[in-house]
Amino acid sequence: MSEITPEVVRHLAGLARIDVTDAEVDRFTEQLGLIVDSAATLKAAVAGDVPATSHPIPMKNVYREDVVLESLSQEAALSGSADSESGRFRVAAILDEE
Amino acid sequence: MNLVKLTAVEQLEGLRSGAFTSVELTQAHLDRIASVDGVVHAFLHVNASGALATAAEVDRKRAAGETLPALAGLPIAVKDNLTTIDEPTTAGSKILEGWVPPYDSTVVSKLRAEMMPILGKTNLDEFAMGSTTQFSAYGPTSNPWSLDRIPGGSGGGSAAAVGAYMAPLAIGSDTGGSIRYPAAMTGTVGTKPTYGAVSRYGLIALGSSLDQIGPVARNVQDAALLHDVIAGHDERDSTSLPEDLGSMVAAASNGSLAGVKVGVIKELSGSGFQAGISARFQESLELLKAAGAEIVEVSCPSFQYAIAAYYLILPAEASSNLAKFDSVRFGMRVTPEGNPTIERVMAATREAGFGPEVKRRIILGTYALSSGYYDDYYGSAQKVRTLIQRDFDAAFAKADVLVSPTAPTTAFKLGEKIEDPLAMYLNDIATIPANLAGIPGLSLPNGLADEDGLPSSIQLLAPARADQRLYSVGAVLEKAHENVWGKRMIDFAPEVKAGA
Amino acid sequence: MAKAELMNYEQALEKFEVVIGLEVHVELNTKTKMFCGCRNDFGDEPNTNVCPVCLGLPGALPVVNKRAVESAIKIGLAIGCDIAPNGRFARKNYFYPDLAKNFQTSQFDEPIAFEGGVEVEVPSGQVYKIDIERAHMEEDAGKLTHVGGNTGRIQGAEFSLVDYNRAGVPLIEIVTKPVYGAGAEAPELAAAYVRYIREVVKALDVSEARMERGNVRCDANVSLRLHGAEKLGTRTETKNVNSLRSIERAVRYEIQRQAHILANGGTIIQETRHWHEDKGTTSAGRPKSDADDYRYFPEPDLVPVAPSKELIEELRASLPEDPATRRKRLQEAWGFSDLEFRDVVNAGLMDPIEETVAAGASPQAARKWWSGEIARQANADGKDVSELNVTAAQVAELAALVEAGKINDRIGREVLAAVMNGEGNPGEIVSAKGLEVVSDDGALMAAIDEALAKQPDVLEKIREGKVQAAGAVIGAVMQAMKGQADAGRVRELIIERAAQ
Repeated sequence: MSEITPEVVRHLAGLARIDVTDAEVDRFTEQLGLIVDSAATLKAAVAGDVPATSHPIPMKNVYREDVVLESLSQEAALSGSADSESGRFRVAAILDEE
Repeated sequence: MNLVKLTAVEQLEGLRSGAFTSVELTQAHLDRIASVDGVVHAFLHVNASGALATAAEVDRKRAAGETLPALAGLPIAVKDNLTTIDEPTTAGSKILEGWVPPYDSTVVSKLRAEMMPILGKTNLDEFAMGSTTQFSAYGPTSNPWSLDRIPGGSGGGSAAAVGAYMAPLAIGSDTGGSIRYPAAMTGTVGTKPTYGAVSRYGLIALGSSLDQIGPVARNVQDAALLHDVIAGHDERDSTSLPEDLGSMVAAASNGSLAGVKVGVIKELSGSGFQAGISARFQESLELLKAAGAEIVEVSCPSFQYAIAAYYLILPAEASSNLAKFDSVRFGMRVTPEGNPTIERVMAATREAGFGPEVKRRIILGTYALSSGYYDDYYGSAQKVRTLIQRDFDAAFAKADVLVSPTAPTTAFKLGEKIEDPLAMYLNDIATIPANLAGIPGLSLPNGLADEDGLPSSIQLLAPARADQRLYSVGAVLEKAHENVWGKRMIDFAPEVKAGA
Repeated sequence: MAKAELMNYEQALEKFEVVIGLEVHVELNTKTKMFCGCRNDFGDEPNTNVCPVCLGLPGALPVVNKRAVESAIKIGLAIGCDIAPNGRFARKNYFYPDLAKNFQTSQFDEPIAFEGGVEVEVPSGQVYKIDIERAHMEEDAGKLTHVGGNTGRIQGAEFSLVDYNRAGVPLIEIVTKPVYGAGAEAPELAAAYVRYIREVVKALDVSEARMERGNVRCDANVSLRLHGAEKLGTRTETKNVNSLRSIERAVRYEIQRQAHILANGGTIIQETRHWHEDKGTTSAGRPKSDADDYRYFPEPDLVPVAPSKELIEELRASLPEDPATRRKRLQEAWGFSDLEFRDVVNAGLMDPIEETVAAGASPQAARKWWSGEIARQANADGKDVSELNVTAAQVAELAALVEAGKINDRIGREVLAAVMNGEGNPGEIVSAKGLEVVSDDGALMAAIDEALAKQPDVLEKIREGKVQAAGAVIGAVMQAMKGQADAGRVRELIIERAAQ
């Protein structure tokens, strides 16, 4: 039995900052439920003492020297933005802080 | 002479000998695109002027007797998830429509340094999420072998461009099979190098620990040419391998199977694989044996968990990688009615800008990383990854390369399975383990399936950093195939009917 | 917003035990950012120190700044931490427009430094041991400017502007374990701890350590529980506390506010609170909620930070003396009493006095000026002395003028006020205003004789041994000379005159 309910889908969509329609919620609830159920077998498969692999090819200590490299021009930096003003990216007001 | 039908090696010879110029060669490909891409839809953007300018520069230098890079003047197509400073980069998504990045990806920089005319950007499933190219926000790509069928994905555009002679070579990216699976569907060659062999800088990330850029071509030698150009350490990619993995061209030229042990992966054969594919696969094993290889069976029991693990790791990483598409710094912005806050603008933009498969995976990935679920899902999947690596280690202790069919079925019809993600995810059953383990894989045309006459394919896998083995074994098998068939497999492909 | 009711501080402490926890963010003074080669300088023109990496453009990849890692290790060692042999970066996922990627690259369960401790002295002389839980590396966010509505405030703003120059600037976050047992001294301890951390990072030369510029920022966690209770109370986290004085005031305020709520049967809401310097109050921010599910996972684009034992020992050997040793050394060198020295430390005057002494002043003179006029001015302005418009070199110059008898203490105070008023260096001010004391004996003698004429009995009294009688004449002379006379010299001259 899946733990994926429409409420869970709505909550996840909220965390992921995506508005979802009711139809999408229904469809995702069903589809995610199936995927999650099939994923549940994994837990049993790794029941023993198995380390996690997050990098397929193990490496370590990759650094750059603290040397200044060329930055973008302000114009290039802002070139892709939908709206800018005085050299800054312009966005709608922010809710609920303060 | 139909220039576009030449191999990349032949095209380079023609350029060097003066049989034709790069402008002529590039124009021939642009003409081919103009003629057939209306029905194939491999390209999202064609940069004729840019490509011809590079070609003209190469011709000028060649005429002046200047030294040129090895692949100078040879046109190429690039998957539209690599940034290009002079053309839009959309990743197949509405959310990036019209975005022209202020920087080139490392691989594109290398192509420019090599003076290869870049014909344009090829179609893909949105953000490379898919195995059919139907999830592109700009419409599907057709399979040149049969226009009502999928070309595979996510890199269906690159595979179809090469398969339909619109480009001799193309760049692909492979997260769970996005180079190899389309190669299998279109009768072309595609390689996923060892993770870290090719810089990911400028590749719009899908699953960062799985993504790898690689070559798409019509034969092994051509793929090797491109592989050698794009591989190499890059200081801008922390996961880029520091070491040189050797020349793939040399490996392909000096192929030999004498004393080579070829491991057949038990779990990637038999049930679930189309009969015609299995038949061709068995024949190839005989050809390998005849060429001197020893065939052994290996077992990789953890592969049964590969798809489930992949569909947790990939969405998890993708959910975070795709968070940056928020309307603030680049890309689409949707402002709802009224006086919305930035939160509302972000959510509305992401709703409008992302397609259903992208949303599905973002939500799934968000779930897999959520507190309380992390250990069961993402954590378990990362452990399965260890098991799969161990299976590969054990298999490579018994064999130098491993083989399996690349895909369980031949190309299916556009529109099929589109609402059944689980069925769709099975397309990548044979390709995903290599991404989880970071090892290299190459897909080679393997004859036509009897039941539908469509391409089947064989996948070669080698241990991490042993990419050369793919080319040396692949070149020998390709030669054996040509000897049996009397021509290259792609020569069996029907002519694409323009304007069909 | 209604002003919160507060419980009397002593009463609150009688009833409740205070538990504090401190998170200090230290901005490193590296030349470049944490993960890219952009200049670590966010005062420049907006969005000029940015690149695809720190702008979070699609395809860009991070590479760790080596010097930032070394700085983090140095800080870790200096506060007694163990250094992780295999630390990792993690992504902290949340949406906010100042966060270019909508995740912060930070460290989660594998921080670079952990399990340390420092000893901190509060004004009473009491020394507390503060356990450090961890120190980890992360990146700063961009800067938001809110426009329209209530200017500068988020609420009511019509829109916001984002500058990413600060995005990606390296930060080290140092987190304490819960601190018990400081009782009424908890606010002072919080401030003393942050001062200690500032001293450490300044001595290590890994940060500019200017609180007023946000180089060192503190989040203060406060919770209360009834004396003898085992379970910790619900805590609040007060952010935006950017001076030592404010830390002390904010903690004190939270103690009183929470005590009032708890004593009246209310419950504390776990939330972030904002400190308002002007009002001396905190106000509720966002409550902790599901939205705080940050979905941490290991950053797949970065590899582990695994410093060798050799590197750690090399960095350990390079550490400057720890603050306690330094204090001991300076107190001895300066010859200050315990009480004098403690006042200096508590007023945050150790650094300026050290610099002033280095610039040539005597320790006592340096102490006199810094802990006198300058500290008074800072207190009146509600600022840190470092924020005032006066340097150690200027104070040394002032002390030298007094020492040489060119000005007296009273004029000195006037000159100092002018310096802080931005009128120039002490020497310049003295010349410009003609403040130099009259050292011409002839002029002084004339003034003395004029005063003696009005008080003829004074000379007689002095001759009788009543030397204090000179005082009245000195006063008259100083008045006549508008204070610009050396009172000591005037006294000598009067006594000389009496002896004639």
